[in-house]
Amino acid sequence: MSTISARRTVLYDWHVAHGARMVNFAGWEMPLNYGSQLAEHEAVRQAAGFFDVSHMRPLDLGGADARTLLRYALANDVAKLDAVPGKALYSTMLQGDGGIIDDLIVTHRGDGRYRIVLNAGGAEADTAHLQAMVDAHRWRVTLQKRPDLGILAVQGPTARAMAAAALGMSALAELPVFHALEQGDFFVGRTGYTGEDGVEVIAANTLLPGLANRLVAAGVCPAGLAARDSLRLEAGLDLYGQDMTTAVSPYASNLAWTVDLRAAGRDFLGRTALEAQLAAGSGAKLIGLAMREGIPRHGYAVEDAAGQPCGVVTSGIFSPSLQCGIALARVDAALEPGATCAVVVRGARRPALVVKPPFWRQGVATFSFPEEHAA
Amino acid sequence: MSKIPETLRYSDTHEWVEDLGGGRYRVGITDHAQELLGDLVYVEVPDIGKAIHGGEVCGVLESVKAAADLYAPVNGTVMERHDGLGDNPQWLNEDPYGQGWIMVVEADAAAWAGLLDAAAYAKLTES
Repeated sequence: MSTISARRTVLYDWHVAHGARMVNFAGWEMPLNYGSQLAEHEAVRQAAGFFDVSHMRPLDLGGADARTLLRYALANDVAKLDAVPGKALYSTMLQGDGGIIDDLIVTHRGDGRYRIVLNAGGAEADTAHLQAMVDAHRWRVTLQKRPDLGILAVQGPTARAMAAAALGMSALAELPVFHALEQGDFFVGRTGYTGEDGVEVIAANTLLPGLANRLVAAGVCPAGLAARDSLRLEAGLDLYGQDMTTAVSPYASNLAWTVDLRAAGRDFLGRTALEAQLAAGSGAKLIGLAMREGIPRHGYAVEDAAGQPCGVVTSGIFSPSLQCGIALARVDAALEPGATCAVVVRGARRPALVVKPPFWRQGVATFSFPEEHAA
Repeated sequence: MSKIPETLRYSDTHEWVEDLGGGRYRVGITDHAQELLGDLVYVEVPDIGKAIHGGEVCGVLESVKAAADLYAPVNGTVMERHDGLGDNPQWLNEDPYGQGWIMVVEADAAAWAGLLDAAAYAKLTES
């Protein structure tokens, strides 16, 4: 399953000792599960679980032009973070043609310093892309990669309290959503990728095994990439490389809300292309689908009510929380929430309900099947 | 390491076959296969009386994360199918060689003889 060149996080031995099945993901050997994806998924929905996401890479930005760089490189506007040090923002980073290079969370650390966390697969190229912008504009920006840091995501209804105890940071109880708190060796953001409350803890690699042990001792369940995938899809969150790529824009990825066009003078990379897309009107859209019968999978064809092919499933699973098939699909047709279309499952057309993501929010389904979707 | 019982024989598509005597063989998927698939949520087994052909697809296994084909380990005819798996696909994970059996087929003894023994299958899963 592994290749010689695959990188390992500082917790590799810890994962193996805890029974993890390891797989190669974006060049890293990561835990897929520690026995059961379903049990780990359930732990995060009911109480708390934690994920080693040290394959994702922090990048620190400083210097007089760091804000200028980010306002140019990101589709969302870091000016929103000016007033409140510690505030964080989700954004895409675009090519000139509007295609998505990566998605990331950026946190303003005060004094014009920022930290962004990049996806494993794109971290090297993203950093080079940013450095090239800095060089081209002769901006005064320092980009510092942080191989010395790792990340644990603690997620679930009880996760924040559990993390506060394990870290000795009682202030986490008052930490607002999408804000980060720095205390001693820990940088803790109230962010995540599961649709649950929780935090993502960035700390020195050397501190992570001890933190993992304290979380386990407190009853927090270690969870792998498989559960992370089913949790994020139920939460309607895109996965880079699967639901969004350089071939599609935020408008075709259910991410219009991450594009900030309000500051007319902010000529960020990709803006011209996005404005042209808006002017041209309807293009491809990323929608949610739910199925009572059959399980949608990546690559399956989507057909409209008339039986005409209109798109493709980008991510599909059997949802453990909803006990039905759910998917994100990119379609050309205008399919509104509540409409019925079809997914072709092994040659058979199966009805699919169009759902506005997320599928699952704070313990309940966001939709119900109409009568005609027979079980 | 996944379990590979000595008394069974195996296909290179990760099914196990148990000789029940009288030309009948019980079939399931191996511990290695269920580990690869992850938590099973849906199983589609061929109907009783259906002819199956060794190495060809005869059913469907779906886990939370993936859909996989079930292959026929030998040429034969389906005599029994484990209908309880419909409501309890997790049996394939929990007890792949016991409660997770999939079907009983009638087949030629030569087909059984052509399958891998435990040692050969162990070697296959290591490569």
